[in-house]
Amino acid sequence: MSAIRVPVVEKIFSTNDKIANQNRQNLTNKKVLAINLMASPGAGKTSFILATIKRLQNQFRIGVIEGDTAPVTIDADKIISAGMPAVQINTGGDCHLDASMMGDGLASLPLDELDLVIVENVGNLICPAAWDLGTHFNLLVASVPEGDDKPYKYPNIYRGLEILIINKVDLQPYVEFKMDYFRQGVEMLNPGLITFPVSCRTDEGMDAWIDWLSKKIIEFKKNA
Amino acid sequence: MHELSVTESLLNLALSHANQANATKVTAINIVVGRLSSIVDDSVQFYWDFVAEDSICAGAKLNFDRRPAVLHCADCSTDYTIEHDLTPCPKCGGMRTTIISGEEFFLDSIEIEKEAEKIS
Repeated sequence: MSAIRVPVVEKIFSTNDKIANQNRQNLTNKKVLAINLMASPGAGKTSFILATIKRLQNQFRIGVIEGDTAPVTIDADKIISAGMPAVQINTGGDCHLDASMMGDGLASLPLDELDLVIVENVGNLICPAAWDLGTHFNLLVASVPEGDDKPYKYPNIYRGLEILIINKVDLQPYVEFKMDYFRQGVEMLNPGLITFPVSCRTDEGMDAWIDWLSKKIIEFKKNA
Repeated sequence: MHELSVTESLLNLALSHANQANATKVTAINIVVGRLSSIVDDSVQFYWDFVAEDSICAGAKLNFDRRPAVLHCADCSTDYTIEHDLTPCPKCGGMRTTIISGEEFFLDSIEIEKEAEKIS
């Protein structure tokens, strides 16, 4: 018997990353833009998705993948009753979606008929940041009542973002939330990050977000 | 929080390299973990004994090489190490930074045993 050192130097997420790249390629081939939407529980993920769908549904066809830790279809039901195809993925208690679950979700959606897929990740600011799903953009819905220290406490999720939504800005007069402090933390982690302060309840700021997203979808379909 | 699935990925990666090398046993797993990678080594160690059971990796020692989080200041080009909190550049107070190290999370190498090759 002999003891031997075998060099590997391979990312531990490499299998996930390979599947994620296949998902991304599949979506790009079908000219479907995909967004991985992350947030803590209660930030307003589903409300934000519904508000986005409501404003885009006359112009684009949208599918939703709902990641949930438990087999309750509350969120998926809301999307389906808004008239859009939705598929629910139950992670069986796991704290995040991974690329292989995302692949299963994509297989259940009519991709040929869609322009945009929104993936609602599990409500969590830690784990989803580590798993690439194979979407084109990572989006975080932060919200005012969560507190202005979140970028400092959960740096990993802020670093991997392409889009930041600050939801519930209508609550600013009622809670201790220093916007400057919050945005300073974001700027350190992700300089120049595209940010939309919104309120799904009052519709404040939604026009700017919808305008930006519409342009992105059109641009993506042209170049894909 | 997600260390179980991480540990399973680690095992699969180690096993595939061990099989390629015709190993009969894996004695050590050398992992590089950056401070910013949000991986709790104790937790990986805890799950390891369960997931590696019944494989040639059973009983392998997990060695963690921890790398510090080093930031580069875009304003004055200072490199500095952060411990727990995100802090501005200690030299100029700059907030615009890029990460130089600390995000690593990979399997560096495995240590294996194999039957001595027969010399004919």
